[in-house]
Amino acid sequence: MHPLYQILARATNRDQINPGEFIVAKVDLAEINDLYLQVILSFKEMGGNKVWDPQKITFIMDHYAPAPTIKAAENQKKMREFAKEQGIKYFFDINRGVCHQVMPEEGLVWPGMLLVATDSHTTTHGAFGAFSTGIGATDMAAVLLTGEIWFRVPEIIKINIIGERGKGIMAKDIILYIISQLGTDVALYKAIEFDGEAVKELSLDERLVLCNMSVEMGAKATYIRPDEKVMEYISHTNPKKYKEFKSIKRTNNISREEYESIYNFDISDLEPQVALPHRVDNVVSVSQAAGKPIQQALIGTCTGGRINDIKIAAQILKGKKIPPWVRLLVIPASSQILKKCIDLGYIQILLDSGATLATPSCGPCLGAHEGVLAPGENCISTSSRNFPGRMGSTEAKIFLSSPATAAASALKGVITDPREFL
Amino acid sequence: MFKSIITGKVFKVGDDIDTDQIYPGRYLYLTSPEEMAVHAMEDVIPDFYKKIEGEDWIIVGGKNFGCGSSREHAPRVLLYTGIKAVVAESFGRIFYRNALNVGLPAVKCSGIVKEVQQGSLIQINLKEGLIVLGTSEKTLSIEKFPLQLLSILKSGGLIPYLRKFKKYSH
Repeated sequence: MHPLYQILARATNRDQINPGEFIVAKVDLAEINDLYLQVILSFKEMGGNKVWDPQKITFIMDHYAPAPTIKAAENQKKMREFAKEQGIKYFFDINRGVCHQVMPEEGLVWPGMLLVATDSHTTTHGAFGAFSTGIGATDMAAVLLTGEIWFRVPEIIKINIIGERGKGIMAKDIILYIISQLGTDVALYKAIEFDGEAVKELSLDERLVLCNMSVEMGAKATYIRPDEKVMEYISHTNPKKYKEFKSIKRTNNISREEYESIYNFDISDLEPQVALPHRVDNVVSVSQAAGKPIQQALIGTCTGGRINDIKIAAQILKGKKIPPWVRLLVIPASSQILKKCIDLGYIQILLDSGATLATPSCGPCLGAHEGVLAPGENCISTSSRNFPGRMGSTEAKIFLSSPATAAASALKGVITDPREFL
Repeated sequence: MFKSIITGKVFKVGDDIDTDQIYPGRYLYLTSPEEMAVHAMEDVIPDFYKKIEGEDWIIVGGKNFGCGSSREHAPRVLLYTGIKAVVAESFGRIFYRNALNVGLPAVKCSGIVKEVQQGSLIQINLKEGLIVLGTSEKTLSIEKFPLQLLSILKSGGLIPYLRKFKKYSH
């Protein structure tokens, strides 16, 4: 049985489960962010009084961090009060960062777990071998009440990635290319497993980007077989789960029949990719987008604010200045990353180049605050979505790219191939 | 109240209508139905809530309706504006769950887009599993709801469903 099915089977206390069937599963962790006061409202409407297990629930204030409006501040206040009154074990306030980065850092993600969160990009944690998926507010309220959730067991698509990537090619380029080839609905109601030599070669940080953006193909969950890179990470973040997972004997063979379909990609000749407005699958090679003027570049979020992302931006911008009419926003994905990037000197380099640093959070990715766009503006962004109005005005245009391409474009004021700077 | 027969005029939209378009991110902090309703679909169809006033409407979308963000505000806001149901070739999975959870019928019907025009009349029959087009005899079949989901929808959403069927130990 595929490891994703093993997770669901364990969570339903059964030996065997099959794609297509409906199950009711017990979750290991329920994560709620600050967009979702509705969770508490629905919980109370259900007649909820006490949560099922305060040790398995986490709240994180990341989307509106720090609060930009009185109403957002009020919502956060109500969530803090609820978390306190319920004795919620893991509460992360506005000083911590984006949920998809903070959860693994805090040891709350491990191979073999079942995690649900009120955010579509929760597919991220498949990179650790977890079954993790996004749900809405009322679904989450029911989880808080019962610890359980219904699922349709998804079919699994396998995506093999092979080939040695060229200079300056990042995980974002790889996943944008795959999305452009497979489309936005290839994995609707399904899960995706990434495999192949090129995936094994990717750092853990970069695997998170692949798994995160799989939701842009509709994926319910993702999976990458945990290897030594994952185990090394978990050994630091959650030694107890590390030992538990290591002690389980498992077979490594997954038969072909487990997969609904298999796709193969060779990234040897891949160029940096850019998703043009207003679709994530509207992707071209950077050469076809080069020269397009931009007024803002965003390096940050859950798909572009990790150490390797900020490192490559610093590498490109070291000793250089961005034009005065360009705004470069740098938003590290977590406070831990921010501190490391300060220690490593990257933040100093970026500030010297003219960057604006904002607090670790989701930033303007969802159009809430910290750099929303005016009508007629163009922004190159390492975030995950370029839908109309996503980052502010519907008359603004968002181009998605890797942090390298975003940094090079900020430097030139037009969309630019980063490879000439590397 | 659950109705197995839903009749309304078609409000037609395209493929991949994401939840940012259904309910823009800048209003996510709102929770009251009245405040939310005026912003429904506003970036795609200005004054959407006024355009559907006074009549029963059913949104008909193409593939992947409701893709993107997990915001439950999206199906809620459609419900708050008075939309009776959404029919689409396929749905983003979180939107689909959320819609049924808040009591908004989300109906998968392959081939619907090319069969209807803006403003044409359709009737969804959840019991028979079909959609009747206009006053004609022509029907399209819809994807059947699994029992569990039908039960949630019949209860009017997950909240009344849980209140009705679940006993909590705490």
